[in-house]
Amino acid sequence: MANVVLRNVRKTYPGGFEAIKGVDFEVGDGQFCVLVGPSGCGKSTLLRMVAGLETITAGEIDIGGRVVNDVEPADRDIAMVFQNYALYPHMSVYNNMAYGLRNRGMAKPEIEARVQEAARILEIGAMLDRKPRQLSGGQRQRVAMGRAIVRQPKVFLFDEPLSNLDAKLRVAMRVEIRKLQRRLSTTAIYVTHDQLEAMTLADILVVMNAGQVEQIGSPLDVYAKPATTFVASFIGAPPMNLIPLDAEGVRARFGGAVAEAGVLGVRPEDLAISSEPPAPGGLTLDLAVEAIERVGPETFVYGTRSPGGDLAAISSKPGELPPDEIIIRIPGQEAPAIGQRISVVALRHNLHLFSADGRRRIAV
Amino acid sequence: MVEHRKFGNLLPHLVLWTGILIVAFPVYIAFVASTQDNATIANGQMSLLPGGHFLETYYKTLFVGTSGTTREPVGTMLFNSFVMAMMIAVGKIAISLISAYAIVYFRFPFRMTIFWLIFITLMLPVEVRIYPTYKIVADLHLLDSYAGLTLPLIASATATLLFRQFFMTVPDELLEASRIDGAGPFRFFWDTLLPLSRTNMAALFVILFILGWNQYLWPLLITTRDDMQTIQIGIRKMIVTSDALTEWPVVMATAILAMLPPVAVVVLMQKLFVRGLVETEK
Repeated sequence: MANVVLRNVRKTYPGGFEAIKGVDFEVGDGQFCVLVGPSGCGKSTLLRMVAGLETITAGEIDIGGRVVNDVEPADRDIAMVFQNYALYPHMSVYNNMAYGLRNRGMAKPEIEARVQEAARILEIGAMLDRKPRQLSGGQRQRVAMGRAIVRQPKVFLFDEPLSNLDAKLRVAMRVEIRKLQRRLSTTAIYVTHDQLEAMTLADILVVMNAGQVEQIGSPLDVYAKPATTFVASFIGAPPMNLIPLDAEGVRARFGGAVAEAGVLGVRPEDLAISSEPPAPGGLTLDLAVEAIERVGPETFVYGTRSPGGDLAAISSKPGELPPDEIIIRIPGQEAPAIGQRISVVALRHNLHLFSADGRRRIAV
Repeated sequence: MVEHRKFGNLLPHLVLWTGILIVAFPVYIAFVASTQDNATIANGQMSLLPGGHFLETYYKTLFVGTSGTTREPVGTMLFNSFVMAMMIAVGKIAISLISAYAIVYFRFPFRMTIFWLIFITLMLPVEVRIYPTYKIVADLHLLDSYAGLTLPLIASATATLLFRQFFMTVPDELLEASRIDGAGPFRFFWDTLLPLSRTNMAALFVILFILGWNQYLWPLLITTRDDMQTIQIGIRKMIVTSDALTEWPVVMATAILAMLPPVAVVVLMQKLFVRGLVETEK
């Protein structure tokens, strides 16, 4: 059992490309940390640096009170589950799990006991003699987990382990990974680009973008108070609506306390269709409905802000949405018709405000 | 392309059977000749049916040899050829595996230079460098030895390239998983890479064994003693052009015997051979 501490960790490739630009965070003993971010943000690189598969250009990585910068992967007391599982194709399931233990010179009965125990936990006891190619994707996934468990490491490292599974299995394995980690209470670092996976698994969520940490916190805190417009649009699906405002617009909405241009954010689920004006300080938008997506329990409405609404649009467009497009998420399957003009409202305490460059959250 | 015509299979079969006959007929004639007595063949009265001298001729060929030109029995030649072909095939595979491993998995100065040097040797087959190679082997006193027969033929750019290509298709994660599992470079090579290369090695073995078996020019230069000669040289020596009488049954029996080991290797390893050439699953 151990904590993992990263201190100002950097990675620069020989070509000069800076993949990790100074990352600090700590994962407490037994905690489940999820690194989430878009492709190419450096999350996998960071995980591989913890594993010892990538060298560390600067900074320190500390596992259980020991700086491991120059320690071989095998000696870091970690176990890793790869995206493609990386099972040894020519070895049986049993040998796949036992291989690492044998290399450490563990006694045969002990290996046997550990493999059997892991097989029991993961319910793969019946396939110990099979080769990986005779297994389904989900079963391979379990074997990869088993290979990690038998080592009884201080830290589990997961590199997008579920992304090769179909959607249904992914959800099932997600729950299982979480249960397993709780039960073994082993520290875990998990890399994913799927924000749903990140939200459901994490004790600590680390949102990364372009080699930097955007925000660290518990999933619900990150959801409730995104630190930047990047986090706001990355966590939550569909993403938060972001509307650029000039200084005048900001003052008009949030009072005199803030005197700068900014970006107004409001989550799709915080908008409701209503012709009534909201409580004081709330937001009203006039939309022309352009598309409807019904997913069953809820419906997404895509609309374009029409001129003459509550807010005037201005130039810049942070976040992912086109500046004039607004998404609303409403329960049930009732929805306005396409082309209809609707009025949507949001309460004052559901509004977020960011600096104009999107890098800073402004308390309002 | 699947066609359902009544005689749709007739033409392909005709073509295939014609091909088989063209290839097989001379072999059959050789076999028939090896079972007849020499006088019949010399008279030009050979029938197309096997004669009655099968056991007699093959016993003489394998254990006694011809009465004149080659004093060694074909058994010795078969043994020499077999040792040479085995050493070449196994040696080539071993050395190529190791050099491909170094080139693919290790970062060292002038790695690409070395790779290209190996690549360039493809343009220098034995025939081109035969004089310097002979000189070196002679200076090392390796004439008339198995080492002299095989060592110069062992270094192989082709096999190195083949293994390099194969190693590059092995996912990096396997290496990384091995590192985390505490396997060093040697263990990774032995425990993971070699078993994965098994079918490739088998395919290569078949090709290289036949290549080694069919060597003619190099053994001709390097061996002078009768007890070191290979079967390919032996056959050639049996065919006498001067006034002595060529013992055709023995020559034909030797030719048949010379064909058997490569055929055996292909038949025995056919399954692995085909898998090695077509397999993509990792």
